[in-house]
Amino acid sequence: MTQPNPTHPTPRASTLVTLCRLLGYLRPYKWRFALVIGCLLLANLDSIVNSLYLQILIDKYITPLLGSTTPDYSALLTSVVTMAIIYAVGVLVSFLSELWLIPITMGIMRDIREHMFAHMQSLPLEYFDNNPFGDVMSRYTNDTDNLEMLIGRAFPNIISSLTMIAMALITMFRASWLLSLVSLSVIALMFVATRIILSRSGQYFRSHQQILGDVNAYIEEMISGQKVIKVFAHEAAAKREFAAKNAQLATANRQANTYTNILMPVMFGFSTLQTVVVALVGVLLALHSWGGVTLGLIAAFLQLNRNLSRPINNISQQFNSLIMGLASCSRIFALLDETSEPDEGTVTLVNVRTRDGHLIESSAPTHHWAWKKTDDQGQTDLIPLQGDVRFHHVNFSYEPGKQVLFDVTFFAEPGQKIAFVGHTGAGKTTITNLLNRFYDIDSGEILLDGLNIQDIKKADLRRSLGIVLQETNLFTGSVRDNIVFGAPEASAAQVDQAVTTAHAQDFIAHLPDGLRTPLAGNGQDLSAGQRQLLTIARAAVCDPPVMILDEATSSVDTRSEKYIQAGMDELMRGRTTLIIAHRLSTVRSARAIMVIDGGRIIESGSHDKLLAQKGLYYQLYSGSVELA
Amino acid sequence: MNLIKKILQSLRQYRTLALVTPVLVVVGAACELLVPLLLSYLIDHGVSQGDIRSVWLYSGAMLAATLAGLGFSVAGAVTGARASAGLAHNLRADLFARIQEFSFRNLDQFSPASLITRMTTDVNSVQNAFSILTRMAIRAPANLLLAFIICLTINPSLSLIYLAVTPFLVAGMYWITTHAHPHFQKMFALYDDFNLVVEENLRGIRVVKTFVREQQQQEKFNDVSARIYETASRAERLLTLTTPLMEASLYICMLLIAWFGAHQIVAGSFTIGQLMSMVTYTMQILISLMMMSMMMVMIVTSRAAAERVVAVLETDSDLTDPAHPRLTLTDGRIEFKNVNFSYTGKNDSLCIQNVNLTIPAGSTIGIIGDTGSGKTSLVQLIPRLYDVTSGQVLVGGHDVRAYSLATLRTGISMVLQKNVLFGGTIRENLHWGQPCATQEQLEQACRQAQIHDFITSLPQGYDSPVEQGGTNFSGGQRQRLCLARALLRQPRILILDDATSALDSQTEKRISRAWQTDLPDTTVIIIAQRLSSVQNCDQIAILHQGRLAGLGTHAQLLKNNRVYQEIYASQAQGDHA
Repeated sequence: MTQPNPTHPTPRASTLVTLCRLLGYLRPYKWRFALVIGCLLLANLDSIVNSLYLQILIDKYITPLLGSTTPDYSALLTSVVTMAIIYAVGVLVSFLSELWLIPITMGIMRDIREHMFAHMQSLPLEYFDNNPFGDVMSRYTNDTDNLEMLIGRAFPNIISSLTMIAMALITMFRASWLLSLVSLSVIALMFVATRIILSRSGQYFRSHQQILGDVNAYIEEMISGQKVIKVFAHEAAAKREFAAKNAQLATANRQANTYTNILMPVMFGFSTLQTVVVALVGVLLALHSWGGVTLGLIAAFLQLNRNLSRPINNISQQFNSLIMGLASCSRIFALLDETSEPDEGTVTLVNVRTRDGHLIESSAPTHHWAWKKTDDQGQTDLIPLQGDVRFHHVNFSYEPGKQVLFDVTFFAEPGQKIAFVGHTGAGKTTITNLLNRFYDIDSGEILLDGLNIQDIKKADLRRSLGIVLQETNLFTGSVRDNIVFGAPEASAAQVDQAVTTAHAQDFIAHLPDGLRTPLAGNGQDLSAGQRQLLTIARAAVCDPPVMILDEATSSVDTRSEKYIQAGMDELMRGRTTLIIAHRLSTVRSARAIMVIDGGRIIESGSHDKLLAQKGLYYQLYSGSVELA
Repeated sequence: MNLIKKILQSLRQYRTLALVTPVLVVVGAACELLVPLLLSYLIDHGVSQGDIRSVWLYSGAMLAATLAGLGFSVAGAVTGARASAGLAHNLRADLFARIQEFSFRNLDQFSPASLITRMTTDVNSVQNAFSILTRMAIRAPANLLLAFIICLTINPSLSLIYLAVTPFLVAGMYWITTHAHPHFQKMFALYDDFNLVVEENLRGIRVVKTFVREQQQQEKFNDVSARIYETASRAERLLTLTTPLMEASLYICMLLIAWFGAHQIVAGSFTIGQLMSMVTYTMQILISLMMMSMMMVMIVTSRAAAERVVAVLETDSDLTDPAHPRLTLTDGRIEFKNVNFSYTGKNDSLCIQNVNLTIPAGSTIGIIGDTGSGKTSLVQLIPRLYDVTSGQVLVGGHDVRAYSLATLRTGISMVLQKNVLFGGTIRENLHWGQPCATQEQLEQACRQAQIHDFITSLPQGYDSPVEQGGTNFSGGQRQRLCLARALLRQPRILILDDATSALDSQTEKRISRAWQTDLPDTTVIIIAQRLSSVQNCDQIAILHQGRLAGLGTHAQLLKNNRVYQEIYASQAQGDHA
């Protein structure tokens, strides 16, 4: 059963494509973003001016005063005040750029999240079958976190750093091309060192991520199965096993971190080196008065130098965020690129009234429904919703080449009950999954009230079908919220009716807050039987003409079982029902029983007829073959 | 403080490294700090005086300082990585070990999901914080102090400017971080909500699609998403105040130094070289302050993680071995004496009340009753998964609390309601029962559990892979594998908590026949919903609301127990197909 994990070979879209696509999310914020960039540029310009100030101060305002007995400080004061204003502007614009960036970052993140969720909901069930839960989940957690770092920190930092580098280079060359060349040569050395470190760290980083994933999966399994570990007194062995994995992780962790840690001091060292070299060369030049180098110029140049090395430092520190962010981004885009469920149907479900024996569409709710079909000529036709289900020679496979259903043909007229029995994996659930188009068939056709279900709009098709699954999924919210899950506008009377149908009134009455009792964690405070009753009520509120039921094999106590059975019986009354049956009473009351084996209907007929045949049904019935 | 101490206790063998790291880093930083000072000497004594010897002397010193600084810093980076990876390693090991010691009650207190987060995400963020702190916690203040001292030696009166500005800066930083903290806490809580919505939607995608609920789910999601947007924006907005605060402080210092410095230079008590290095040290001081503020933020955000880790480390298991435990369990006789039990340990919410019951060694007993009647609670007291609130449970004539836990649990095999198989092979899973079992023993247990034929029919036989949770097997196969695992240890007592619900009655019968012949001395306790599963037991106990509501053989109960008769009647008509 080891299936290839389809998520790992992420379509390795080129970085540039990913980047451009990410920029698309910027569109709603483009003016604000332009403003932020404007502020950033201004702030950078400002800090360049600031760094020139020292030279001007020394050369223009301090040196002339030297040796004067009655120095006039007014020029100095003007310059200090001017600088104060320039500083103030710089502080303000850099603050504004940060402040205005926040709604952009957060907005983009919100947009992407909502886009992801909306798209995920439109995906066919295959996607959820093929992608492990944890994997999809991590796109909402880790990947969006990484993306946020990318958009909120790395991008602005890199943009600002790049402009800073450009401006610094320009001013440096204008100040002294000679010293600039000296400075650049040190930077070239720095680049080489950084490249070496980054390529090493990238390698260790990836292997660390992989081992971390393994260890996390192990932790998850062991913690979830902790009670079993204790029952088997397996603690010591578990600790040993974990110690081995943990040691492996520590090694990978150390290697990855060493290189990340080294990066900063190395960059720091190089920028100091740069200062030293520039100072030395500058001083030597000044001593010989070569290249017009003055003391003030050296001072200013050292500042400019910092303007160059600081942004380079910054960029290198963003490198990891950049790599991780882009990888996460392409994983998110991979989710967004999954194809949605096809929904090409045009037939819709509408409310109708009867007038003079004719059906008329009604805009007000009438509780009478009909399929509205529009043909090529624009003629509309109303077909009453009755729940007539027909399968004609249906073949189906989940994966190409591995057919699981073969030539399945049966029908259920309105109000009839059809039971499906057979081994686990025989294909019973698959059949019911086809009617609501969780999966599309390979060939054959499925008709509902004479309409091919592929012609019906998916949402309307599903509204006409009610389903009670074995697995009871409840949602956070009140008991009532869960009951009206499929019909949020249901009235109090309808809810009461549904609760009564499901025989859930007793246990709900015993809950601390009745219908308003909050449920959490998939209804973990309720018993399995109570959860099942709620799912029955949930289906009952929608009052669909067709029901698909999966009788639970999981054990619930006798009393709950009685209620569940009564609830299900109630639910089936007057409705076309396809039921995956485990109980004798259910099959006995069925109009027809389909015995499924290996994806085919191998026997069909009434209970008595099938018993007399002494085939698989007889074996199942007499309990000599395991059902689950 | 206590929090930090508790976390640091896990350093152990990495303690020296953790101490060496900041020293290396500080020495490295000190070397780097010397550079601007040497530069001012270079200018004032070398260049201004035209003294070539001084120029070479100071420039050589500058280069030496730079290289030494680089060397120390890199060494610090290496030791720092070792120490922080080591801390994370030890923390994970300690957490895992602590969880292994936990009682069921402790486990109930933390949900599995939260324990997993603590061992993964939280440990990571503690490690990150530690890694940054070891390299900065001493370096930044030391840097600050050194820079300040150097400034003092250069020009004491100008240094007073820093003293005037710093308090404002510190106060401002303090205000920002303390105000941002609650917003970040709120944000983390919102992330939990956010994950919940996605998780529920993912798990219940069939229900969502069936009920055409996509629209409403989307609204729910957008609502949380919008709240995250707002809270995160608010928190981040507060943090953006740090930059202007820092910059303003720096610039004020610079301007003041320029103004007063110029006066002093003109007056001849200050030099241009000194002014330049003063300005450089002002930058250094600012960078140190920035580092310190980053550390503050780091501490704020990782505090929650550290708290969650420590909460696990500080939880002591409420089940402990006695001082002189019994190390052998020879007899499978079980006695419940006036047993009361509640999960909270308090007397007001008892789920087992005054149960007295004797189960002779080698006999079988069935336990039936409604959901919530206390069946599982009762049997969990036997291998001491929980301790009784009052009364006594005796195994082999001794109180269960007299045995060592390992002895007790090795002698008792329990198959839980929620069967769990682990990722690996069938053989590995079976070996849980008995690590040194031979192939014959494995096969024997599997035959008893009626799963041997199935296993051998698989292409890889006993080495067939098992996926996490055993999802590649059907419910019935899983149950039989779990049963085999439990039988393999040839326990004195075998407890099956609804462990055969997915098996058909024929298989079930064959299994019970197997242990009757192969394990005649083993006491067997069967919890079941189907009467047919317990019908042939030596005795059947009926539990009702935590009390014993009947005890006897099938025939006896059928004759004189009303509850039993009711159940019998309801199951006879609705028998499973």
